[in-house]
This record gives sequence, structure tokens and C-alpha cells, in this order.
Amino acid sequence: MRFRTTLTVAAGASALALLTGCGAADMTKQASPFANARGSKTVTLSVQSWVGAQSNVAVAQYLLEHKLGYRVDTVQVDEVPAWDALSQGRVDAILEDWGHPDQEKRYIDDKATIARGGGLGVTGHIGWYVPTYLVRQHPDITDWHNLNKYASLFRTAESGGEGQLMDGSPSYVTNDKALVKNLKLDYQVVFAGSEAAQITQIKQFAKEKKPFLTYWYAPQWLFRKVPMTEVKLPPYKEGCDADAAKVACAYPHTPLQKYLNSGFAKSGGAAAAFLKKFRWTTEDQNEVSLMIADQKLSPQEAAEKWVDSHPSVWKKWLS
Amino acid sequence: MATVTATAPRTALPGFLRSRATAKLLTLAAVAALLAPLLNARWGSGSWPHALTVDLSKPLASASDWVIDNRDSHPLFLYFFGYISNAVVLLVRAVYLTLLAAGWAGVTAFGALVAWRVAGVRLAAGTAAALLACGALGMWVPTMQTLALMVVAVLASVAVGALLGLAAGLSDRLDRALRPVLDTMQVLPAFAYLLPVVLVFGIGVPAAVLATVVYAAPPMARLTALGLRGADPEVLEAVESLGATRRQRLLTARIPLARKELLLGLNQTIMMALSMAVIASVIGAGGLGDRVYQALASVDVGAALAAGIPIVLLAVVLDRVTAAAGSGTGDAGTRHRTIGRPYALAVTLGVTVAVALATRLLGALEWPSGATLDIAEPVNRAVDWMTAHLYSGVPVVGGTADWAGHFTTWVLDPVRDGLQWLPWWSVLLVVAALSWLIGTWRTALTAVLAMAAIGVLGVWEPSLDTLSQVMAAVAVTLVLGFATGIAAARSDRVERALRPVLDVCQTMPQFVYLIPVVALFGVGRAPAVAAAVVYALPAVVRITTQGLRQVDQAALESARSLGATGRQQLWQVQIPLARRALLLAVNQGVVLVLAVVIIGGLVGGGALGYDVAFGLAQGDLATGLVAGAAIVCLGLMLDRVTQPTRRSAKKGA
Repeated sequence: MRFRTTLTVAAGASALALLTGCGAADMTKQASPFANARGSKTVTLSVQSWVGAQSNVAVAQYLLEHKLGYRVDTVQVDEVPAWDALSQGRVDAILEDWGHPDQEKRYIDDKATIARGGGLGVTGHIGWYVPTYLVRQHPDITDWHNLNKYASLFRTAESGGEGQLMDGSPSYVTNDKALVKNLKLDYQVVFAGSEAAQITQIKQFAKEKKPFLTYWYAPQWLFRKVPMTEVKLPPYKEGCDADAAKVACAYPHTPLQKYLNSGFAKSGGAAAAFLKKFRWTTEDQNEVSLMIADQKLSPQEAAEKWVDSHPSVWKKWLS
Repeated sequence: MATVTATAPRTALPGFLRSRATAKLLTLAAVAALLAPLLNARWGSGSWPHALTVDLSKPLASASDWVIDNRDSHPLFLYFFGYISNAVVLLVRAVYLTLLAAGWAGVTAFGALVAWRVAGVRLAAGTAAALLACGALGMWVPTMQTLALMVVAVLASVAVGALLGLAAGLSDRLDRALRPVLDTMQVLPAFAYLLPVVLVFGIGVPAAVLATVVYAAPPMARLTALGLRGADPEVLEAVESLGATRRQRLLTARIPLARKELLLGLNQTIMMALSMAVIASVIGAGGLGDRVYQALASVDVGAALAAGIPIVLLAVVLDRVTAAAGSGTGDAGTRHRTIGRPYALAVTLGVTVAVALATRLLGALEWPSGATLDIAEPVNRAVDWMTAHLYSGVPVVGGTADWAGHFTTWVLDPVRDGLQWLPWWSVLLVVAALSWLIGTWRTALTAVLAMAAIGVLGVWEPSLDTLSQVMAAVAVTLVLGFATGIAAARSDRVERALRPVLDVCQTMPQFVYLIPVVALFGVGRAPAVAAAVVYALPAVVRITTQGLRQVDQAALESARSLGATGRQQLWQVQIPLARRALLLAVNQGVVLVLAVVIIGGLVGGGALGYDVAFGLAQGDLATGLVAGAAIVCLGLMLDRVTQPTRRSAKKGA
């Protein structure tokens, strides 16, 4: 009998689905069902998996909620799918993007569903890093020419007879496999599979002062916990990374960008204006990140602390 | 390969079977002797020959581009998928707003009253306590988001599953067509479903709900069909002789008779939907799953646990309540008669509305912000202590990291290299031999074709890498699982002590395991294997215990009267008689291990799991879908290789 009730409910549901309209249903213009609950104005922000991005969102969220009276929903999405979600309006803004030329062309230039939101004020850089305690023992290890000499130091069970170069999340931009091949290094790229796994492993290595070589990026809060020094790769030149298989140069320095859904950018009111003005420094971001990831404060608490102590920075965003 | 098949039960095969097995092996050997030199000469004997692969990356990439470019203009999307997506969003929103309007007190009251009506006072108290605990952990709003999503997903799964089950229950032809499809869907790792759904619906709630429906509907369909087919023929005969029409027969006899199976189906569907709730957070499901996922990103096991516990609580409560409804136990049955249905429903709703209004008037609709308990910090401290003291340098036994290193070097590497070294045709041959020995020529054919499909897709090497991890994990799981299961079967006290642990291990979202295993075992394949073992162990222990306990008491009694010692009883009576249950345990172990080894791609497991994660993260359909398809084939192959007879209806015990 319960079964029959279920059927009735299901029938009702499908009837509802049919009755919602007879015209076209454009699912690219749909908000999250959890948005705007109880008539509040809601902004949905995309949080990427790394903590720096969480800091941007936490501070923006805090200010939107406490100073502008919005409700903020956050959704964790990987970088490339976030562009898609942004273009569909499932997400209103991405606050930190590390450069995706294909997506920029498709969604900004061709479809005009995404608008540029200006720079975040933080410059990102990807590179290969070794712990600073290792550099003290072997000062010449920071030049890639010498990496082969030290390959045996970096051996692990996972990398077999070669040195281990640890890579992180599959969502991050990486040329490491090509680099190892083209620079003829005796290393094996081992993918940690997620940033969380990579950080956990780095901390474990550091605790025992073991040598390791890892793909890493700045700004990142982990540098304050585990001091690391970048290994110099052949210098980056414009276009040297054009062919993914033939890359043999370092990663560029990227000014991180913000992007807004174009509908939201036009009619988002105070929230859109605020997000366009949101701009801070690497130090600011790191301060919040460190509170979240290392002191284990919740992002809200960390944001509150930072907002309380830096009024001069965020007052400008609200004007 | 021996690990996958558990050689112990095979020695117990009766004599005539053994000779048939020899015949099968001889046939295969003859076929191999004929074909192997041919294949060898034509395509060489290393890894899968390149000439036999099909490169799908171009067509898949263009398909993905087409979808993205046409999603807002093509009629297929505007008039079909758009409506589905809209309906999902509307429904989830409606449920979510209702839950929010009821407030925490209203929802708790409603949950407790429903539990009380169908399952008695104790479960009602349990339900209320569980819901309040969700609030106390500071997870009320995410819990409601997950609940809203779950309600819609479960209703849709039940509707779809019941319709399919009805069709399969009434028509033999449809049954034959649907059965292999449903069988297959039930063994697939949830991770493999995500990408195709995301492609069409984009990141967000609709995609999450639909992926959940695809994952959770099959058990409902299977059990509905089973219930309809299992109806007592004599009752049907009687109803027919009363002159009932076909329709009346269905509605008044067959469906009510299948009530037990239908409710068991509902139970299974709810459990699978909940386990999907976390995995679906990768594609934007929001709610509790998203909290787990975000907490893991900052390596915060405590916060992940705080979001994981509500999931476990919801799962345990829903499981117990629906299970009680299915068996129709105790006082619930008596009250059925004393209080009429509509009356009870009205009381439940009335009390809920009253409570909701009362809290609204008191202004306490939202969970009081002061009344939350912070468990994150003590948990994190405990995890830190564990990793600090166990990771390495423990005297005598060595640290966990050393074990992981040895396990990788001495077990995982040789198995992987061995598999990859084997000529490709010999892998197919081994698969054929194993599955034919245990099953029928049909299962053998499916297994071989699935394995060959992996080669054709061009992911032979990573698939064998994944396979090696699965084999190692299954071996460990079986050793531990059988040992624990035997202990539990022989001692009631052990079983009672184990039960809550097993419950929690089984319902805990797989993601929560990932970070502690990295902290203990480092990055690589070893932690993936460890997480898989932890996840698959409960099911194996449970099935083993049940199987051993269900052994005919008379047989045991006679063995005892013949003076058999406890050990002899176990090895010579219980284990041989429980052979089917043990094989089922192997099969379940393999399926569950595969699911987690895939997720292990997120902690350095590499291989197919990494490819799927990569495909999802980069929106790279070519890599992700091909890896997903390979996982499907691998799952199919492993299931068929370990499937003794027709599988039982339940998954994961």
C-alpha cells in the first residue's frame, strides 16, 4: 500500500514536471535549488579545492553576509567544470583562476556567458620545490642540471628505481611528465591524486626531515609550515609551453583573475560590484589560509578575524 | 589470480564436478593451443597489440564540444533534458523549503513519529536522537540539503525501479532483457557514473540526483521483479478463480504479496542513494557530502568526520526503520489494527505542524547556534597523535609507512609487473578458465569479452595496474575477513561487539577514509589498498559469519556426536557447507574493493581511478569516459569471474 502512495507521488511529480511550462526549458539558466531560501538574496560562489581559494571565498562570504546582507552558498567545483557551471549560472563567480585560455575563448569571446571580473591582486606561480633543510645539505640541488645526481635521494617504493617527483591534484595545470622526459631526468612523476593527499605526504616527509621533490605553487600557506626552495628549471619564455609534449621550460608567473557570470555581472547589484572590486595581496590571502588550514579555524572564523584586523583593506571594496 | 577465486572452497567440490572442471580446462587448453601461436605470430605477445585498439579521443572530444555548444539551443536539451533538470530543481527546492519551514523541532518530531508508527518506540527514540545529533554537530542545514536531495532521488529511484521491476515481473521477455543489465549496473563503482551525467546536465544538483537515481534504482527493480515472480501460485489461483481481472489480480494479490520484497528494495535503494550522496559531491551535490569533500581538501579529518557522522546516522536510522517496516514486527502490527491509517497519518502531520508552529512562534526555527559540539579538534588531535607515533620508527614491527613501502615493493609491484608482463592473450585465457570453472560458459564469455574490450579501448596497462591493486586488496580483505568472520561465528560475544563497528564502517562515506590512510601509509597505491580493505571488510565479515551460522545444525550435531573437535567441525563441516556464502563473500569483497580502489586515485592510486578523477577535474571526456568504460568492463569481468551461481538480491549484505 505504501507502494501505491509512492506511485501517486511519482505520478504527481511527473505531472508537475509537465505542467511547469509548455515552452522551452533552458537548463543552462538554472539556479541551485538551495539558493534564495526564504526570500533572501543569494550569491553562489565556486570554491576550488585548494585553501587559497577557500580564503578568498571565506572573506568574500563574510563581507557579503555581514556587511551587504546577502546569503552566500558555496559549491566546491574543480577548475574546468567551474567554468561550465559559471557559464550556466549555477555559480555566480570564480574568485581565483590560474589561466584557462581554451575556456576563456569559448565562454567569454564566443558565447559571452562569462564576464571578466578583474585581477585578484595575487600572482600565482607553479614550480618544483625541495625542502629548505635539504638545500642546506646540498646547496647545488636547486639547479635542475644537478637533479640527476641526487635522484637516488628521492627514491620511494612508488617510484621504483628512479627519483620521485610528486604531483598533486589532477585538476591542476601540469607539464611535469613532459618536463621529466624532455630534460632527460631520472625521475618518475607520482600523482598524489589530490592536494590533501599531497600536503599530508609533504608534512610527513618534513617531520622526519626526509628529502622530497614536489610540484607546488605559490602563494600557499604550507610554505610557512614547511619552508621550501624552488628548483630552477630552464627559464620561461613566452610561448615555450605552446606544445604540451615538447615543453622544456619553467612555469610562468600568472596574475590570478576573477570571473563573473555575465548575467550576474550586469544585474548582480551590490554583490557584483563588491566582487569586482575584491582585490588583496598574497600576504593577506596567506594569513587567512594559514588560519584555516593550520590552526584549523573554520573559514568563517578565519575570515572574521582577518576582517576585524584589516578594515582599511576591505572598506575600499564596499565603497 | 588465485587470490580472487579463493581456492579453499574449490577443493570441496564434489567428485563429478571436479571431473567436469577437468573437461572444461582441457577444452580451453585445446583452444589455447590452437589460437595462441596464431595470435602470437600476428600481434606479438607483450601488452595488448596497438593494432587492435580503437582511439576514441577525437569523437569523444567533438561530442563533448557539441553538447557544450548546443546545450542552450538544441531542442533535445530545451524540450527534454531541460524539463528533467527543471523538475529535479523544483522538487528538491520544494522539499528543502518544507524541511526548513518545519524547523529542526518539526523535522525531528515528524521523523520520530513516523519511526514510532512503523517500527516502535525504541527506533523512534533513536531517530530523534540521531536527528538532534546532526544539529548538535552543527550540520543541520547541510543535513537538510542532503535529505532534500535524498528524498527526491529515492522517490525517483523507487518510481523508476518499480516500473522496471513491474515490467520484468510481468513479462518474461523483458525480464530476460533487463536482468543482465541490472546485474551489471549493480556491480559498477559509483565513480564511473558521474562523467556522462555531468556532460549533459552540467555540475549541480540535477546531475547529482540523476547519477544517484541511476545508481540506486537497480536494486528496487530487481527486488520488485523478484517479489512479483515469487508470489504464491496457490493464492493467485484462488484469486483467479474468484474471477478477478488481470489488473485486479496485480493490485490486490501480487503487489500486496510482494510487500516484503518491495520494502527490502526501498531499504536497499535508500542505502545506495546515501552512499552516493558523498561521491556526488564531486559533481556539485552540495549538502553533507560537500562538507566532507571540502574538509578533506584542507586535510581536516575532524571536520570531515563531523559531516560524515550525520550521514552514518541517517543511514543507520533509515536502514533500521525501513527494515522494521519490511518485517512488520511487534507492536507496529498491533497498532495497525487499533489505530486506523488515515488517523495516524493525520496525528503525525498535526503534531509536526504544531511543533513547527510552536518553534516558529518561539523564534527558534533555526538550530540554536550555541548548542553545537565541536568534535573536529579532539579528532584531529587523535589523528595527529596516531600519525606521529605510528608512521615510522616503531620498535620491532616498524612504522606503518615502512609496511606500506614493503607492501608496495614486495606485493604490489611484483603483481602489477607480473600481470603486465603476461602476454595479452594469456590474460584472456586465465580469465576464461577461472570464470568457466566457477560459473557457466556464458559468464566466461562475458568476462573474456569485457577484458578484451578494455584492450580495445587502449587502456590495457592502467587497467592491469588497477587489477593488481584489486587483487592485493582482495587477498588481504579475505584473510582478515574470513578470520574475523570465523571468530564471530564461533562466539556470540565477539559478534555482538563487532556489530556496531561493522555498521559504522559500512555506512561511513568512503572519502572519510582517504586522509587517515595517507597520513598512515603515505601517498601511493598502498593507501588506496588500505582504504579498500577497510571498506570491504565489514561485508565479507558479515556474510562469512551468517554463512557459517546458517550451517545445518543437524550436520554439526552429528559431527559433534562423532567426536569431532572444534577445529575439525569448522574445517570439515562448517566451511564446506558454507561454501556458497563464502563465495558470495569473495564476490562482494571484489566488487566493494574495486569501488574504493578507483576512488584511491585521489590518494595516489594512479591507474584508472586517476584517469576518471582527471576526466572529471579537467572536463576531459576522452580520458574520463574511456577510463570509466574500462572500470565498467573490469567490474563486469571481476564479478563474472567470482560469481558462482545466480547472485543473491542483496548488495553489501
